[in-house]
Amino acid sequence: MAGLERLLQFVVSEVFLFYVFSLVAVASALGVVLQRNPIRSAFSLIVTLCSLSAIYGLLGSPFIAALQVIVYAGAIMVLFLFVLMLLNVRREEPSGGRATRSAAILLALVLAGQLGVALTGAGVTPAAGFDASTASFARVLFGVRFLYVFEATSILIVAALVGAVLVAKKEL
Amino acid sequence: MTPILRDLLLMLLKIVIMTNVLLGLFSLMTLVERRVLAFMQFRLGPNRVGPFGLFQPIADGIKLFFKEEVMPAAANTWAFFAAPAVAVTAAFMAIATVPYGPPFTLPFTNIRVNPQIADLDVGLLFILAVTSLGVYSVVLAGWSANSKYSLLGGLRSSAQMFSYELALGMAFVGVIMLAGSFRISDIVAAQGGSILNWNVMPWRQGLAAVVYFIAAMAEVSRTPFDLPEGETELVAGYHTEYSSMKFALMQMAEYINMITVSVLTTNLFLGGWNPGLSFLPTGGLWGLVYFALKVFFVLFVFIWMRGTVPRFRYDQLMHFGWKVLIPLAALNVLGTAAVVALWKR
Repeated sequence: MAGLERLLQFVVSEVFLFYVFSLVAVASALGVVLQRNPIRSAFSLIVTLCSLSAIYGLLGSPFIAALQVIVYAGAIMVLFLFVLMLLNVRREEPSGGRATRSAAILLALVLAGQLGVALTGAGVTPAAGFDASTASFARVLFGVRFLYVFEATSILIVAALVGAVLVAKKEL
Repeated sequence: MTPILRDLLLMLLKIVIMTNVLLGLFSLMTLVERRVLAFMQFRLGPNRVGPFGLFQPIADGIKLFFKEEVMPAAANTWAFFAAPAVAVTAAFMAIATVPYGPPFTLPFTNIRVNPQIADLDVGLLFILAVTSLGVYSVVLAGWSANSKYSLLGGLRSSAQMFSYELALGMAFVGVIMLAGSFRISDIVAAQGGSILNWNVMPWRQGLAAVVYFIAAMAEVSRTPFDLPEGETELVAGYHTEYSSMKFALMQMAEYINMITVSVLTTNLFLGGWNPGLSFLPTGGLWGLVYFALKVFFVLFVFIWMRGTVPRFRYDQLMHFGWKVLIPLAALNVLGTAAVVALWKR
């Protein structure tokens, strides 16, 4: 009985769930880049986004978790899929000359170096505990500090929307 | 029994009960819809199997189980299989965060039960997020069958869902501002006391209630917004090529979504489990009774609309969504924000 209880406690613990969702996120992210079929890549990306959302939830910010799914998985990826399905994109053929390949290898090495530094924890101080609940998040975002930036972003988005409509429709 | 084991068992029990109640309600609704619709059209409807035709859903289920499973030769196998699964998963996940009544003590024990599977801080947002994932089932089903009717139906359906999701989300905002919380139980608590406090009243969120209900009808593709499956043009829309149990799963997701919308309407606008009139008894299991009655009323309104209103044309649908519903919802947000900022602080 005690063993069962400890097992249950472990299964519902944050650490265990974090590793489960991280594993899914990494595996599906690998799927995004390794798949040749673009539609499968898109679906792998959706799985990645959803597991990242779960990790946000575990970090104590359900608001960001919900936004992650609503904005990225629910809106942006659907548009991606639409385009892929309507254009009927076929399997991607291996492309790129020697220059592209060597650039890719270089960037991969840089990324590996960064990951190595992050994993060994050299020169990295863990962030202080913070309150990521919906209310405190809103207080920061709509507070005096970011208010004008926030409003400027909204104007930018409206301008982009109007521009998109104008480009898409020749005659209004 | 240790606390953690007890909590997990209770949670498991709640999930099992809720799933079965929903499945039962789904099969009941298929019958009720046909009978009520028949009544409205001066017909009898299915009344042969069992008393009042009550066993008709069981007969339908058995028939669908034994039907031949047909799959188009040119279909994309994994996507064709994934679409019904995504539809049902999204439908069930959405309803997992909705409360069905006030917390009560189980009879003969001292265990407090909250009739809700998960009480999330961001309940409403979670529901929006999960229902937005439900669009994938439509996109996948439409694309994977490799049939022109499915593809056109899928495109129409998803365009309709995007258009009305905006109005739906904006209708929530007023309700959230009045309650000051995303948590659905807080929103219900804000409508406590008299029936005059219900959000459906014109001086509360009447406009939002109308916008929400219309947008939700479009979101679950019910008449007058059922043109994704306008049979004269598109056979059956995105699930044209589905047969046997996969077809049944698609239907199930649609009905479960309809039940979710009814449950949400009850919680957000009709005062949830509050009776609203002071002479009605409260406490104990009464909350669940009031809640069930309201949900059945909203479900009846759904069927009533289907029996009354003709289908929109596609351009009318887009026009109505973008040029009528969204401005109305925006107006409601502005008005509510002004009232909350000036008087409620």
